[in-house]
Amino acid sequence: MSLDVFFFFIFGAAAVGSALAVITRRNPVASALWMIGYFLTLAGLYLTLRAPLVAAMQVLIYAGAVMVLVVFVIMLLNLGNPEQLRERFNPQVGAASAFGALLILQLLVLFLSRPTGYKSPSPQAAEIGAPESLGKLLFTDYLFPFEAVSLLLLAAIVGAVILAKRKLEP
Amino acid sequence: MQQLPLEAYVLLSATLFTVGVVGVLTRRNALLILMSIEIMLNAVNLSLVAFSAYLGDAEGQLLVFFVMAVAAAEAAVGLAIVIALFRNQQTVYVDEVNLMRW
Repeated sequence: MSLDVFFFFIFGAAAVGSALAVITRRNPVASALWMIGYFLTLAGLYLTLRAPLVAAMQVLIYAGAVMVLVVFVIMLLNLGNPEQLRERFNPQVGAASAFGALLILQLLVLFLSRPTGYKSPSPQAAEIGAPESLGKLLFTDYLFPFEAVSLLLLAAIVGAVILAKRKLEP
Repeated sequence: MQQLPLEAYVLLSATLFTVGVVGVLTRRNALLILMSIEIMLNAVNLSLVAFSAYLGDAEGQLLVFFVMAVAAAEAAVGLAIVIALFRNQQTVYVDEVNLMRW
C-alpha cells in the first residue's frame, strides 16, 4: 500500500508540473505535447485508485484521439513563425494568478476544515473499477444515458463537419 | 507509511482545476483556452474517480465515462469553431475577434 502513496506523489507532482507547462509555453505545439504528458500522469493516478478501465480510456480517448485532433488543428492553422507567437503583456496575468491563489486557498480551507473521514480506499475499490462490473452497470442500469451519449456524439460529428466546411452550398 | 486520506486526491484535483482556470483567464490563443478547459475537465474526473474508490460506489467511474464523451464532443466542435474562425478572421487570438462587441 505504501507503493500507492509513492506513486501518488510522483504522478501528482508530474501532473501539476505538466499542467503549469501547458498554460505557460509560448508555442502551442509545446503546450500540446505537455498536455499529452498531463493526460498520461492522470492515467497513472487512476491506476493508484484501482481504476484500470478509466486509466485505459484516458490514454485511448484523451492522449490518443483528442490530442491528435488538437495537434492536427495546430498544424492546419499554420500560425506563423514562433517569434510572432509572443503573448502581449497584459495585466490580466497578474489578476488571474491572484484569483487562482485565492481559489486554491478557498478550496484548501473548505476541504481541510471539515475532514471527510475517509482515511483509506474502500476494500471493494478493486472490484468496482474492474471492466466487468463497470460494463455490466453501463449496459443495464445506465443503458439510456449510454444511448443518449451516442446521439450526442453523432450531433457533435455532424456539427463539426458543418462548422469546418468551406461553403455550405453543395 | 500509512494510506492516503481522500483529501489528498481532492486537493490535487483542486490544484489542477485552478491551473486550468488560470490558463483560461491568461491565454489569448483559442486553442490554449480549449486545452485549459480539458485540464479542468480532467481535474474533475480525478476527484470523481477518487470519491468512487473511497466511498465504494461505482457511479463515480460511470460518470467519468460520460464526462469523457462530452469532452470529446466539446473538443471536436470547439476545434471546428477555431478552424471556421481562422478561415474568416485569419486569427486565433480571442482578443482580436470583436464581431459581437457593441
